[in-house]
Amino acid sequence: MTIAIDAPRAPARRFAATPGQALLAALIALFLAFFLVIPVLTVIYVAFTEKGSGTFTLINFYDFARTDLFIASFWNSMYVAVMTVVLASLFALPLAYLTTRFEFRGAGLVQMLGFIPLIMPPFAGAVAMQLLFGRNGTINLLLDDWLGFKIPFMEGLNGVVFAQAVHYFPFILINLSAALRNIDRSMEEAAQNLGCHGLRLFRRIVFPLAMPGYIAGASLVFVKVFDDLATPLLLNVKDMLAPQAYLRITSIGLADPMGYVIAVVLIIVSVAAMGASAWVMKGRDYATVQRGGGGLTKRPMNLSQAIGAYAVVLLILFLVLAPHIGLFLLSIATVWSFSPLPDAFTFAHYTRVFAESSVFIKNTLLYATLAGTIDVVLGTAIAYLVLRTKLPGRQWLDWTASAALAIPGVVLGIGYLRTFFDVKMPDGTSFASFWFVIVLALAIRRLPYALRACYAALQQVSSSLEEAAENLGATKYRTVRRIVLPLMMGGMLAGFVTSFATAAVELSATLMLVQSTSDAPLAYGLYVFMQSPAGRGPGAALGIIAVVLVAVCSLISNWIIERNQHLRNTRT
Amino acid sequence: MSERQGVGIEIRNVDLSYGANHILKDVCLSIRPGEFFAFLGPSGCGKTTLLRLIAGFNQTDRGEVRLGGNDISHLPPWRRDVGMVFQSYALWPHMTVERNVAFGLEERRVPRAEIAAKVRSALALVGLEALASRFPSQLSGGQQQRVALARTIAVEPKVLLLDEPLSNLDAKMRVQVRRELRDLQQRLGLTTIFVTHDQEEANSICDRIAVLNDGAVQQVGTPMELYQRPANLFVAGFLGTANILAGRIAENGAERVFAINEAAALPLPPGGLTPRQTKLVFRPQHAVLSAPGSPGLAGVIVHREFLGAVIRYGVSIAGSEILVESPFASAEGLQDVGSPVSVTVDVGRVHFLDA
Repeated sequence: MTIAIDAPRAPARRFAATPGQALLAALIALFLAFFLVIPVLTVIYVAFTEKGSGTFTLINFYDFARTDLFIASFWNSMYVAVMTVVLASLFALPLAYLTTRFEFRGAGLVQMLGFIPLIMPPFAGAVAMQLLFGRNGTINLLLDDWLGFKIPFMEGLNGVVFAQAVHYFPFILINLSAALRNIDRSMEEAAQNLGCHGLRLFRRIVFPLAMPGYIAGASLVFVKVFDDLATPLLLNVKDMLAPQAYLRITSIGLADPMGYVIAVVLIIVSVAAMGASAWVMKGRDYATVQRGGGGLTKRPMNLSQAIGAYAVVLLILFLVLAPHIGLFLLSIATVWSFSPLPDAFTFAHYTRVFAESSVFIKNTLLYATLAGTIDVVLGTAIAYLVLRTKLPGRQWLDWTASAALAIPGVVLGIGYLRTFFDVKMPDGTSFASFWFVIVLALAIRRLPYALRACYAALQQVSSSLEEAAENLGATKYRTVRRIVLPLMMGGMLAGFVTSFATAAVELSATLMLVQSTSDAPLAYGLYVFMQSPAGRGPGAALGIIAVVLVAVCSLISNWIIERNQHLRNTRT
Repeated sequence: MSERQGVGIEIRNVDLSYGANHILKDVCLSIRPGEFFAFLGPSGCGKTTLLRLIAGFNQTDRGEVRLGGNDISHLPPWRRDVGMVFQSYALWPHMTVERNVAFGLEERRVPRAEIAAKVRSALALVGLEALASRFPSQLSGGQQQRVALARTIAVEPKVLLLDEPLSNLDAKMRVQVRRELRDLQQRLGLTTIFVTHDQEEANSICDRIAVLNDGAVQQVGTPMELYQRPANLFVAGFLGTANILAGRIAENGAERVFAINEAAALPLPPGGLTPRQTKLVFRPQHAVLSAPGSPGLAGVIVHREFLGAVIRYGVSIAGSEILVESPFASAEGLQDVGSPVSVTVDVGRVHFLDA
């Protein structure tokens, strides 16, 4: 009787779709077909066909399996992804548990600081981390001076693991904290009432209930890291799958099948990882059975517990914020090499960046805004079609758009190059080299996140509100415009910000698609700067600008969302 | 389940505040072994807080809770051995019905074979043996409620605490489940405290009721005592419908009357003490309407409601409105809104209260 409390209620009064809805669905389907399905299918098609003749073959995969470099790359990627999940969990678990479980001063600040790494391009952080944790970085120089040994934090694959864990652990932190906060307080009290407490209580009740959140975060981290191109490339680690795909395409050419084979392997692993996590989580959506809410009882800590807890939290925060500190120091350093701190400070890098590279900033703002807008429009439209119409096949729009989550940026980049290379623009140039293709790639990559935000926003708008409007004479279109959209505004804005912020620092797809520096976004410029030792200062300055840009935009939209929420709460 | 001897609960001078909020004010209650006892009161009266205090989820600022003579005020929840059924049931969604029920026994390190037997008999007690391997999300609300009950009684607690156990059930289930609860409690002889805001629930199954309001106990007694002899206006109004008229007791020659104002007065029977109270309280069924001019309080009908067995009239008397219920026989002879009437009150059944 009460079980279906949170399940979306199928509106009973809906008619079959109107022509307008059908047209909208058709347009979305076309967009997804052209910019997601066809490019990806092209990649898969090329991987499974013989070069030139187009007949089906597995020879390319046989070649892949026979090449030691590829097999080593596969296991390296696997190792990096798994170890990143482990290390990211070590960062996220204490932060999530301590801040949700205890009366922890500054819990909000910790959660906010924990979110910051996400808005920094991971590869930019990687360079800064070299300077702090590298063989001749600050920490190792100090260790060597004082204790006479060094720790190889940043050597080879471990460097990639460290950099990725620092960047991606917020995914686990956010999901796990949310899961912990959603645990009904009476779940814990019932166990205590029956004689259970302490560690047993955590092991038997709290942890299993938080598991779905942890798995959701961990699987996302695994997939992201497995597919990532820029970070390993920047740390000069080339024997991993995504860098191999990139190098094959850029050095040997678009016709070489190996890049496509690697792309298919990336897709398979990503889909398998997500499938596995969905399978593990099946039947574990505990939210519907827990009704009380309120989260765990917050406990006061005694002095020694408090000291321990703050020490752990501060250490972790130092580690995860180190890239930002390092990047900032680098951006104002004259020379920083073989010394714990820069020799002297200057603002020259910023002046140089603003003078020479403002085109990167302009491009980034343009691309990210366009991509975010496309995502919110598509996300809202798809959510509306799925939740509020009876259009046959509407679920497919949702599934297809969400499937983009499992498509690595490299794969999308390769797919676009291959598919659109022969599509000519009116002026005779290739569509693949048109800057708008970068926007499309960014939009497709971020669509799943924006879609979820819009979907959740629409789910919260009770359909009786729409029915009331229709009852008073508003047409469907007017109802959407006057009732649904205003009520969804907060969620749509949240979707836009997620898309905008992550698109602004995305590089994997961009790296393949940027054809000329004048079309390049900030992340690409940063990457180019970071290639040479002399470019590090300006590169770091560009990185700081990116972080500030994204942070300011997020803060503004957050402010707007909260103000909206506040207005709505006081109105009802 | 073996027959158990219930234990008594003593609550002595309990005070509890959250910051400036004084939630419980010097609460004293004595609950007898084997008794089915209710905490009844409006929401926010402190009844759930008091229940959680017995279970150990709230700490007292002052006072103590004794269970079978032992002070348990400073024991953590897991050492108290008081079984609580939560309002939300709090069934763990990651465990089957069977695992849920076995949980408390496992925590008590009961041997495995014994656990299986006890789980079976607890589930049999609530009639759910067949659903042992289901997950909570696959059960209806009524079934979840029974599992929560089975989980609690499986550990054979000293007392049973029920926090609004019927509030998540629909009206029909509620009547059925409350009978089953009463039945089960009688069979087990388990001291039980039942928290509710619904007087009908409390009246129908509890031996005694403590009425709480604003953090303080208003009155303790059997349902009938509370109804017939409410100690104050709150109890009178909370249990059933009560008419309250303000006035004063006056000597009118040899006669004593309750004077509502200059014009309206109710003659009182001779003898007895002169009550000092200033409020006259009576139930709607203890007054009758008669033709205007007859002895009684003069008034005017202001509304009329048909309730099936009775007709309820609202009568305006000297500016205050009272309710009068008369048995419904036929549509003939009903009083219309606006008609003047005289209200005769059965003075043998009125109460005088001052607050």
